[in-house]
Amino acid sequence: MNENASRRQFLLAAGGAAAALGLTSVLHVRPASATPAAMQDAVSKVVGAARVGTGRVKLDLPPLVENGNAVPITVSVESPMTPADHVRAIHLFTEKNPQPEVVSFRFGPRAGRASVATRIRLADTQTVLAICEMSDGSFWSGDAAVVVTLAACLEDP
Amino acid sequence: MASALINLPQRARRGEFIEVKTLVSHPMETGYRRSQLGVPIPQDIIRLFICTYNGEEVFRAELHPAIAANPFIVFSTVATASGTLEFHWTGDNGFSVTESVAITVD
Amino acid sequence: MLRPGAGLGALAAAALAVAASASAGDIPLPERRSGYDFTSRETRAMQDDDGANPGLLWVLEGEGLWKNKAGSAARSCADCHGDARASMKGVAARHPSFDAALGRPVDLEQRINACRLNQQKAPALAWESRELLALTAYVARQSRGLPVEAGADPRAQPFLDAGRAAFHRRQGQLNLACSQCHDDNWGRRLAGNVIPQAHPTGYPLYRLEWQSLGSLQRRLRNCLVGIRAEPYDYGAAELVDLELFLMWRARGMTIEAPAVRP
Repeated sequence: MNENASRRQFLLAAGGAAAALGLTSVLHVRPASATPAAMQDAVSKVVGAARVGTGRVKLDLPPLVENGNAVPITVSVESPMTPADHVRAIHLFTEKNPQPEVVSFRFGPRAGRASVATRIRLADTQTVLAICEMSDGSFWSGDAAVVVTLAACLEDP
Repeated sequence: MASALINLPQRARRGEFIEVKTLVSHPMETGYRRSQLGVPIPQDIIRLFICTYNGEEVFRAELHPAIAANPFIVFSTVATASGTLEFHWTGDNGFSVTESVAITVD
Repeated sequence: MLRPGAGLGALAAAALAVAASASAGDIPLPERRSGYDFTSRETRAMQDDDGANPGLLWVLEGEGLWKNKAGSAARSCADCHGDARASMKGVAARHPSFDAALGRPVDLEQRINACRLNQQKAPALAWESRELLALTAYVARQSRGLPVEAGADPRAQPFLDAGRAAFHRRQGQLNLACSQCHDDNWGRRLAGNVIPQAHPTGYPLYRLEWQSLGSLQRRLRNCLVGIRAEPYDYGAAELVDLELFLMWRARGMTIEAPAVRP
């Protein structure tokens, strides 16, 4: 049961109880989400004081997903991947998940190409950010927005 | 549990890159979910995935709870020599899985 | 349907017509579409790629369990059934199937547990347990690509009819019948999801909502909860009858197990 279902069930149960008591209250049970500021903090931890250029990173994400539990994503960076010039790492961040970090991939010239695919969780409609770190110490970024729909029906596991 | 599934060409030419698909069985419990009684379910995830090729590390991934359950990671590596690719996943609560696949490089 | 006061001959003819044409609202074969057709491109890609389909993790485990000696008889599935790729071919496509000893149809999970109890002398595997899902996934995988053939046995007819009646019966606080969504409104949207025709050609399947592989019974119980009805217990006759009807309703369609669905 994903966190959205448990949140809905909790709210239904709480709402029912509150109504029975003749009270109205809003129970905020959503886990503390990252904010764009929290994402910026996480990015700063990775890039330090360096300037982050826009471009070079390509994010392949479906614009709309049926289920936020497993969103396929491919990130690639154009690079010769030679010992002199290669991608050192690719970091992924989200702005509205409970925490901003998603994954860090680390490569060397033996990768052949800087291209990775995985499946991530997205708690809500939001933007995914990719930061790549090059062998010359420079950083580049790319992002993509995804609409996440929730399951139509409640279900117990 | 059949812990992991690896897909890669078992034969390649020297210098070409090969695509490696990996799937490992793990719930990747985020730590943000609650049971039906409201009790938080403790975080339990895979933290690290390392691939070595004839003993040398060629790829690494540091995972956080936002990686979907049963982590799926696809990456590339250059076919340099015949030998073994070894895949190692480690995580919370002593989770540790290792798989190896032989490769022939002409 | 049957009109009260109709002559005996007309009644008999009408009854035959109902049985043969398989009830009003049934989807004709050329229009039957798998749930696969209603999922996104990405979800379909996940199902089509054996290197990306998480259901294959359970199939692989099932392959291992197939060779494990179990129970006081110390027998493995392989000891009697040999290579599953040959012996289990078509089995999932024919289940639920009539069990003469029990006098009623059983689904694949029940068939596996019957073997465990009677042949291996081992305790039954719990519903939705990793082991039972793995064995079911492994056996079902051997029918991939084959057409569904369940429900042809005349001995199973009364149970199939019970399943059909359940499918058309309004139930739960939302007072909905399965047919209202899955016969009358398939292809339309319910909130963010597209309503499929509800053919179980992919079970056991990896459901993204579950983040796990699960059985058809799990899905049926979830649907019942969704319409705010009390879900039948795992293994209930009502669930197996409904499974039988759904598989019969999908006859001729291709088995896709293990499928991937949102």
